[in-house]
Amino acid sequence: MFRQAAHRLFTRSTTTTTTTIRRLYSTEVATDASSGDAAFVEAWKKVAPNIDPPKTPIQFMEPRPPTPSTLPSKLTVNFVLPYAAELSKAEVDMVIVPATTGQMGILPGHVPTIAELKPGLLSVHEGNDVKKYFISSGFAFVHSNSYADILAVEAVPLDRIDPAQVQKGLSEFTQKLNSASTDLDKAEAQIGVDVHSALNSALTG
Amino acid sequence: MSGSNTRWTLIITNWAAISPHPSCGWQASRIGSKFFSSEHRTTTCDYHQHTFKRFGTLISSIHRSVRKSYKTTELQWRWLHSEEKGGVSHLLFPLQTLSMRSDPLLLPLKWEQVGLGVRSISTQIVRNRMKSVRNIQKITKAMKMVAASKLRAIQVRAENSRGLWQPFTALLGDTPSVNVKKNVIVTISSDKGLCGGINSTSVKISRALHRINAGPDTECKYVILGEKGKAQLIRDSKKDIELIMTELQKNFLNYTQVSVLADDILKNVEFDALRIVFNKFQSVVSFLPTTATVLSPEIVERESEAGGKIGSLDSYEIEGGETKSEVLQNLAEFQFSCVMFNAVLENACSEQGARMSAMDSSSRNAGDMLDRLTLTYNRTRQASITTELIEIISGASALEG
Repeated sequence: MFRQAAHRLFTRSTTTTTTTIRRLYSTEVATDASSGDAAFVEAWKKVAPNIDPPKTPIQFMEPRPPTPSTLPSKLTVNFVLPYAAELSKAEVDMVIVPATTGQMGILPGHVPTIAELKPGLLSVHEGNDVKKYFISSGFAFVHSNSYADILAVEAVPLDRIDPAQVQKGLSEFTQKLNSASTDLDKAEAQIGVDVHSALNSALTG
Repeated sequence: MSGSNTRWTLIITNWAAISPHPSCGWQASRIGSKFFSSEHRTTTCDYHQHTFKRFGTLISSIHRSVRKSYKTTELQWRWLHSEEKGGVSHLLFPLQTLSMRSDPLLLPLKWEQVGLGVRSISTQIVRNRMKSVRNIQKITKAMKMVAASKLRAIQVRAENSRGLWQPFTALLGDTPSVNVKKNVIVTISSDKGLCGGINSTSVKISRALHRINAGPDTECKYVILGEKGKAQLIRDSKKDIELIMTELQKNFLNYTQVSVLADDILKNVEFDALRIVFNKFQSVVSFLPTTATVLSPEIVERESEAGGKIGSLDSYEIEGGETKSEVLQNLAEFQFSCVMFNAVLENACSEQGARMSAMDSSSRNAGDMLDRLTLTYNRTRQASITTELIEIISGASALEG
């Protein structure tokens, strides 16, 4: 029996490297403060001791890794839309986002930034592939641990855009802008013009 | 047995079933609920003479009609032996088996009103009840299927939208215990009912949050989405309700609609912290009440100065916009609409899942009820057939004998 135990120990040490990694259950995923904000739970217990406190979003999120000491080689990008998560934890070399102050390139080790985005071209560079999307406005966060979160309301791959429609829209909105009377109409027409001209430049540029 | 002073009470039930026989000379309905008693000989051989003497044509004609009408299976006689003196106090009552009287399923059927019922009417009642329970079972099964198909459609969208709020929590952290002056609780509930307890749970959580946050120098208001939440909260918190929105799911839920909604709330309600209460869809049988907190830009500034998770906000460079506060304002609004979108979708998923399980347990209960009613029905039917046979046979033997 002891001989077998020794044998088993020996084989176990050699097979650990080759065992497949078991996928974790959602309950096992370590959560940041899995019991919730302690102060909140305390206050809850005082007021409603018989009801379980509600969960908070942080309990459903995987914690982000802390800032590494050395510069990471890749940028981890989460590109999310209301309807889908286009890129989820994708390791890329660089992203160029259309911030309101102009096109901004984000590389690993970028300073933490909150950038407001305007309608324009987003390109994701991974090695030699470049994926281009046209996004409507949104936000981009760059964290100190080389995580980039890009949130947009709409994103379309460039090849799905019809240039003829873009031209038509542009002329239509320019016309509306010229004939607009109220401030609201002017603002709406201006937005239309901005978006369509951005589309135009994205298609051509 | 002859000579004993026993009274026989003839209980005649289901008069309506006796077809007016030409020789009877009377309509069954006219006899109605009268009861007859007399002092009788008990032996069957004396029966005939006595009937003619005492009751004259009545009993004999009844008897004749019984002979003729026991081809119709609707007739039922019941002879009761009563030892009471001073008049028989039995009223006519329908034939019932003992089990039927005490069956909880049939108690609500008012026996007094049934009156002159007999086997056929009592089985009729049970049959009607079985029919209605069977219909209910079919309806709830169909509702479960509908809810399952709607759940499939919306679950995909809810899961896709989960990535939307995570960047905000990663940036700003989660601060449900923040102490602010103006709290607004946004309660998300469903418009339609029959969805289990999720709306009550949401309302309970909202009320508890209200109790935590409403103090002498703080105020706490409600914004309600959905009819069911409105119905519950309007009863005791009417003065605290700022805004009510219903019929969200009339058109397909999409981000544009929710952002317009968020815009409405932001314009009309002053807030320092928005607490959104909804049911997060974890699985088809499990819905977790959740509260997400969105802070106004001023409070974000205040908290970032105080330190904590948001404290690192200062280290972030702000790109775009003229001033930092403008960008933070836009950020807060965008955060609210994103979190709302996810919350509304998750709540809709939970609603469909809860409806599925509620309808499932309802059809199962209906099935159980149907089983019990079937047993009762069969018992009643068999008992009445047995009694009818006995009467026929005893009647036939009385004639011969």
